[in-house]
Amino acid sequence: MNKPLRRVAVFCGLLVLALLIRVNWVQFVQSDQLKNDSNNRRVAIERYSTPRGNIIVDGKAITGSTTTDSGDFKYKRTYKNGKMWAPVTGYASQAFDSNQLEKLNDAILTGTDDRLFFSRTVDMFTGGKQKGGNVVTTLDAKAQKAAFDGLGDKKGAVVALNPETGAILALASTPSYDPSTFAGMTNKDAEAYNALLKQNNPDDPMLNRALRQTYPPGSTFKVVTASAALQNGLYTDVDSKTDSPVPFILPDTAHQPLNNEGSIACENVSLREALRVSCNTVFGKISADLGNAKMKAEAEKFGFNNAKIDTPVRAAESVFPKDNRPQNAMAGIGQASNRATPLQMAMVASAVANGGKLMRPYMVDQLVAPNLNVVQQHTPQEMSRPLSPENAQKIQSMMETVVKEGTGTSAQIDGVTVGGKTGTAQHGENNKDNPYAWFISYAKTGKGTPVAVAVVIEGSDTLRGDIAGGKLAAPIAKSVMEAVIEGER
Amino acid sequence: MSSTTTTTTVGTFAAPSRRNTELALLVFAVLIPVFAYVNVGLAKDGSVPAGALGYTLGLGLLAGVTHLVVRKWAPYADPLMLPIATLLNGLGLVFIWRLDQEPQISTPQLGGAMAPGQLMWSTLGVALFLGVVIFLKDHRVLQRYTYISMVLALVLLIAPVFFPARFGARIWITIPGVGSLQPGEFAKIIIAIFFAGYLMVKRDALALASRRFMGLYLPRGRDLGPILVIWALSLMILVFETDLGTSLLFFGLFVIMLYVATERTSWIVFGLLLSGGGAVAVATFESHVQVRVHNWLNPLELLNGGVTETAQAMYSFGSGGILGSGLGQGYSRLIGGIAPKSDYILATVGEETGLAGLMAILLLYGLLIERGIRTALAARDPFGKLLAVGLSGAFALQVFVVAGGVTGLIPLTGMTMPFLAQGGSSVIANWALVGILLRISDTARRPAPAPAPSTDAEMTQVVRP
Repeated sequence: MNKPLRRVAVFCGLLVLALLIRVNWVQFVQSDQLKNDSNNRRVAIERYSTPRGNIIVDGKAITGSTTTDSGDFKYKRTYKNGKMWAPVTGYASQAFDSNQLEKLNDAILTGTDDRLFFSRTVDMFTGGKQKGGNVVTTLDAKAQKAAFDGLGDKKGAVVALNPETGAILALASTPSYDPSTFAGMTNKDAEAYNALLKQNNPDDPMLNRALRQTYPPGSTFKVVTASAALQNGLYTDVDSKTDSPVPFILPDTAHQPLNNEGSIACENVSLREALRVSCNTVFGKISADLGNAKMKAEAEKFGFNNAKIDTPVRAAESVFPKDNRPQNAMAGIGQASNRATPLQMAMVASAVANGGKLMRPYMVDQLVAPNLNVVQQHTPQEMSRPLSPENAQKIQSMMETVVKEGTGTSAQIDGVTVGGKTGTAQHGENNKDNPYAWFISYAKTGKGTPVAVAVVIEGSDTLRGDIAGGKLAAPIAKSVMEAVIEGER
Repeated sequence: MSSTTTTTTVGTFAAPSRRNTELALLVFAVLIPVFAYVNVGLAKDGSVPAGALGYTLGLGLLAGVTHLVVRKWAPYADPLMLPIATLLNGLGLVFIWRLDQEPQISTPQLGGAMAPGQLMWSTLGVALFLGVVIFLKDHRVLQRYTYISMVLALVLLIAPVFFPARFGARIWITIPGVGSLQPGEFAKIIIAIFFAGYLMVKRDALALASRRFMGLYLPRGRDLGPILVIWALSLMILVFETDLGTSLLFFGLFVIMLYVATERTSWIVFGLLLSGGGAVAVATFESHVQVRVHNWLNPLELLNGGVTETAQAMYSFGSGGILGSGLGQGYSRLIGGIAPKSDYILATVGEETGLAGLMAILLLYGLLIERGIRTALAARDPFGKLLAVGLSGAFALQVFVVAGGVTGLIPLTGMTMPFLAQGGSSVIANWALVGILLRISDTARRPAPAPAPSTDAEMTQVVRP
């Protein structure tokens, strides 16, 4: 009986061998795939097992972590003044994933980033828990507070940039939400989250209006149109008369006039005067004279039609479309299909203020390892040059006139040169909805040009007409600029 | 047959008893689980568990007593079996205790902490082992109970049909208020005794009375009877008790023993054809078999938006990787319920000790199985050979079916990992199984009694022409 016994022994050996091969397959070959499978709860458990790194503003963390006793996840995110900072941080929720900076820098914040390998290895040998790194932002807490408080109960957004570097100083959007309320995974968190969703809340508080919402830019776009006129040599002197009839009949239409708001004197006025009182006829005609291609080219130099403006949170694409002649004329005054994000208009102001050089906007200055080593440092980059330095000077002087004695007087700051432009964009069919109030501006001190701001307020139901931008948006821009200048001193 | 090259074959000289080897190995078999136990405590609470010293002494005492009993009553027994069984049982206790530390799967509804109960069952198992070693002086005694064994095995196998199903399989005898018993675990030993006794008698008839056809020896029709009966019985287990594992185990066990007894390959061919045909036939109308096969082919599929047990086990293995998360630091509790302590205990082994630990455990099983078959090779009597290979084969099939099912090599069946998994019946039965194997190996390796002085020979020498 020994021969079959030996065969049975071999057979049993083969059974064990098959098991060994199988476990090698599962635990070695398939290991990474199984380990990181989206349904593998360990991924989330691991992620929330240590305090998350923080997002830093002005050297102070605006986020935190707290332990929870519900379920598998040990730590959950907390936010300091979450409503004010939500457009910057986004959210990181145990139940609802994360977005914006929290999402984009997740690897750093959780400590799994490859660049933190050394730190992790040290932790492994010293028995320490894996720690998350920090994200140091460019934001200015005072400017952000000025922006958020200025918006108050109104619906709108504020973006402030440092024109010289492109650093984002303020990024506010209202109505906002507190990401702390749904950072966990209890039923209460789910209720809070659902209540914020657009279908349950028409105000859409989770929409980041500063980056992700486009509006018709209205008269603030006249700065771009003026730039196009100067850059293309249509006009060279901002103080000499232009060829501008009133009313201006839109090209290719029988008798479709483009009117000005109210009874302002716009016939053949200079560029400076046209910007000061915000003449639609003058800028509509400039756009028509230059044609769609040239207008579009100039707008694109300012950042329009670019779907990849990453701050690193990607901004919605601002659009200056290819269009027919009458529509193109309307687009020249920021109407028709012309759409811009608040960030885009802040970039326009900042390019003008920075002598025609547009810097790439960014809000993450440094990524810092748990041991405070800098693993990534942002260096300011030039994005484009929409204006020559001479023409930038000319546009600046026009915008300064607007604030000194035009529609933007409420943005004046003592001892500081402020340039700006108001805007009131029509909204809805035949302008039946409340218009958007805009204001873009920049401030110059003796030391440089520290700030450019764009403010938009939706549905300013009390005011119509071109004064809305100056009345509602300009004071917010002013307080933001003041806050930045205050910090500079 | 005598040989001087191997200690397991019979020689007239005294083979080394290897009891000291066993003792040394037992020390490791006690120390490793103790270290694992302390490791879990340190990982979970940062402190050495309060009962560490008590457990060490208890386990050491238990191992010491078993060793002394073996030294006294089975001095030539195989030196590896006892340490391997002790180590596997000790590690099983640690893993169950470790899973008891997870409150989510140790709620009162789920039976609370299970390690104390398992410790009690293990002690009972060891007691039964000692009983076998002390009172079963010669394994051939079992041969007398061939047909009683058959009746008993049938009763044990059929009984669960009359009791309610638990966890989707009717493999339990539940007595309210007393507890429940998994008779299949005991049946596997008893049926091996029956097969060994039966085949020893019938092997010549089965082996020789056959016709040759296409290179195969075809058995006579009437000799096919027993195999067909066993086949039908195992299919009935599958259908009525919805227990794929037990069914596979018994049929496989019978085919292996039949092959060893008759030395006819044709029986294997018949066995494979019958089991394959039976399995396919049953799978066409038994929905639970289809579900198992479906889960096997799609392990990561979501069920009603939830992650299945099968998937959770795969995630456990995958997350363990090569070196594992470390004892007490895995998340195999995500499998849910009591499954991580019983059927899926290997998932915890895989996750927390990694590929390295899981392979070590599988190799321990492999080693135990091969020692069993080696005992069969060394046994001097056909009954002993058949019984040893039957027990080892049953053990091997069980390990393969469970480990293969949990790791996704084959469809999952409801059986428990011998020694490792939670379950009183299992641990008691397997200790008894090791006891019998140890007894056979002792008989096999014991030096043959010196030939009685032959009076005839002396007479021949005296008388000279």
